[in-house]
Amino acid sequence: MPRVTTQNFFPASVLAVQNAQLQEALRRAGSGFDGARREAIEEVGQGSWDKWREEARQIKVHTLEHLDYYLELLAENVERAGGHVHFAKDAAQANAIVAELATSRRVKVAVKSKSMVSEELNLNEVLEENGVDVYETDLGEYIIQLAGETPSHLVAPALHKTKEEVAQLLHQKLGVPLTDDIEAMARVARDVLRDKFFQADLGISGANFLVAETGTLVIITNEGNGRLCTSAPPIHIGITGMEKVIPSLQDLAVFLRLLPRSATGQPLTSYVSMVSGPRRDGDEDGPEEFHLVLVDNGRSRLLADPDLRESLNCIRCGACLNICPVYQKVGGHAYGWVYPGPIGAVISPTLVGLKQAKDLPFASSLCGACREVCPVKINIPRMLLHQRHLLSESPDPAERSVTLSESLLARLFTIVMSKPTLLAAARKLVRLLARPWARNGTVRRAPLPPASRWTHQRDLPALPTRSFRDLWKQDLASSDRVTDGRDSDSGVSPTGSSEDPSPNRSEDG
Amino acid sequence: MGDPTLGCYDLSRLLPLGPAKPGLRRNVGITLARTEPIKVSLFATCIIDQLFPQVGASVVRVLRRMGVDVDFPPDQTCCGQPLYNAGFTRQARQLAQRVFSSFAESSYVVVPSGSCAAMMRVFYLDLFAGDQQNYARAQALSDKVYEFSEFLVRVLEVRDLGAVYSGTAAYHPSCHLLREVGEREAPELLLGQVADLNLVDLPQAESCCGFGGSFSVKYPHISEGMGADKADNVLATGAETLISCDMGCLMQIGGTLSRRGSDIKVRHLAQVLDGETR
Ligand code: SF4
Repeated sequence: MPRVTTQNFFPASVLAVQNAQLQEALRRAGSGFDGARREAIEEVGQGSWDKWREEARQIKVHTLEHLDYYLELLAENVERAGGHVHFAKDAAQANAIVAELATSRRVKVAVKSKSMVSEELNLNEVLEENGVDVYETDLGEYIIQLAGETPSHLVAPALHKTKEEVAQLLHQKLGVPLTDDIEAMARVARDVLRDKFFQADLGISGANFLVAETGTLVIITNEGNGRLCTSAPPIHIGITGMEKVIPSLQDLAVFLRLLPRSATGQPLTSYVSMVSGPRRDGDEDGPEEFHLVLVDNGRSRLLADPDLRESLNCIRCGACLNICPVYQKVGGHAYGWVYPGPIGAVISPTLVGLKQAKDLPFASSLCGACREVCPVKINIPRMLLHQRHLLSESPDPAERSVTLSESLLARLFTIVMSKPTLLAAARKLVRLLARPWARNGTVRRAPLPPASRWTHQRDLPALPTRSFRDLWKQDLASSDRVTDGRDSDSGVSPTGSSEDPSPNRSEDG
Repeated sequence: MGDPTLGCYDLSRLLPLGPAKPGLRRNVGITLARTEPIKVSLFATCIIDQLFPQVGASVVRVLRRMGVDVDFPPDQTCCGQPLYNAGFTRQARQLAQRVFSSFAESSYVVVPSGSCAAMMRVFYLDLFAGDQQNYARAQALSDKVYEFSEFLVRVLEVRDLGAVYSGTAAYHPSCHLLREVGEREAPELLLGQVADLNLVDLPQAESCCGFGGSFSVKYPHISEGMGADKADNVLATGAETLISCDMGCLMQIGGTLSRRGSDIKVRHLAQVLDGETR
């Protein structure tokens, strides 16, 4: 698979936090999406919202449990409607299918609406190699295509760019005057793309949902480009992950409520396009040929693992990215592959190989905000923990990837913590060794990692003279001496310790 | 568990307690009305044991003031969360089993940390999901584990501890207390009753401070950035004190604030409740 840099998360994240322009873009986008999401939920009421989430989760769990059945049903119904269905086990196969379709039909120009799966496959490059000019028609995708970059967000692919940068880009690539009017920039793009829609021999789209019962591909957009891509050119190829299938149109209803609200805070997107097969006799428009490419590309590995399966519930709303404090600091590109943020940290390691992405499961404070906002209730922290476990002690040595010092540290920690006397001894030793660096109960610069990695921008409390267990033994153990702990340890304040002025400003004054 | 407020009003008719201090009087009522005081075992947590012993002392004093019989099983060490979070489940299980033994006899285990409470109540169950015998022990422990503020409000059913704390303060809810223990209200209910305390809203209160245990040193640049955002929000409130129920968060936020030369104090909820009483 091309362009996988998940193994570079650490250095990429260091660069990202130092990149002032990226930080500005992230700051501006910041809480915008999340604020809109909150308002949308407030409007419907948390009670209904949670009911919908549970319903959606159950639909997904059920469908994934019977994925073989629903995929067959879907294929049958797509074919009944006159379409063709292709199953691709990996990126190479998926690309070969699309390339073959394009070359055999002498396709010169293709227009695309937004598809994360095509990014995952690196499909554009493959098509270009086969002599096809590919135009992204989603505004954000168009911008990053012009810039030669990859998306940094599931919903807003150009989120890492400020509007000033976009203006510069359009100015350089298209020769239009610089402007800071977003509407004007969108107009420029629209004018360029309008022609392409009618020149195109091929329209490529992703899918937000696939309805098994009717063989329908559902796309939701705000720009209407999805509808044009799927109806103007003579051929339409829908390409998506096999987990996108849901049983029936009735099931679709709850997802149409959840997805736009979670993504942008809209009760409904401007366009909901439903495509069932090619143009029929009497239809005014629509393609002559319709192909659906269903991609596995590692998804069956997620499906096979009961601890990771629910990651396939994801409807790519991006809510977890918008709330994630880590994503908000490092942006999408640091994650090194198409799927950024918490959900990316969970699925990328399985899709590209755990060892190839061993930093990702650790790129989280496990705050759980992602789980709380996820419209299909995916327990992301739990899955990150599972992957950490695989990296540290998987029965399969090929998956394991723990440094010697980490496993020694874990072992040492366990030994020390297995005996209070050892803990007390270790404490004495550390206190002794740390003494030269402690001043007024605070360490401002520790000499060695991991402490030195803390003190770069944060003060560290030094170990006080007595541990709590000392305090307990000496002052607190008998309840009639309830006040002693306070008297001897902090004459003035109930909070600090008089022996060790408190390290992290726990001392009054 | 009976209603801890039962008997207190009768008592006030019998005893010349004076009219002025309803909160405190009620507490005295509990102590005297109970024939058998509630027994609580304290799990001190590594951070409090090693770095902030005074917080543990406050916890003990507050609980005792409420008439609770507190003990500290001396064999306890760490709940194993640092190992669990790093993926070392085998070793985490080892420490978890120590915790099972240390607290086997306890009827309540009170933990002055949302994070360690989450480990003991929620994550132990995951840790032993495939091991029937230990799962039962994990379940038994899980049922009796309470985070400190949760214990006061949900078990003792008290809100007013008669504490006084003068000044302006903001409250930072820790992620694990909010989202794993699921306790949103208790700390604020308790703080709402502290006399002279002016509690102000913390912007983006529910976003993570960036501590995350080993995350703070594994990805210091990200952790620092998150800490900086939190510190900015704390400074924006103009509060003199920042209160939380997790010393991990307070070490992170306090360490960031103090490096910036700010003199905002950080306090565990127990320290505030342990303030002078009315
Ligand atoms: S994991 Fe949940 S919140 Fe994140 S993108 Fe997927 S559906 Fe949305």
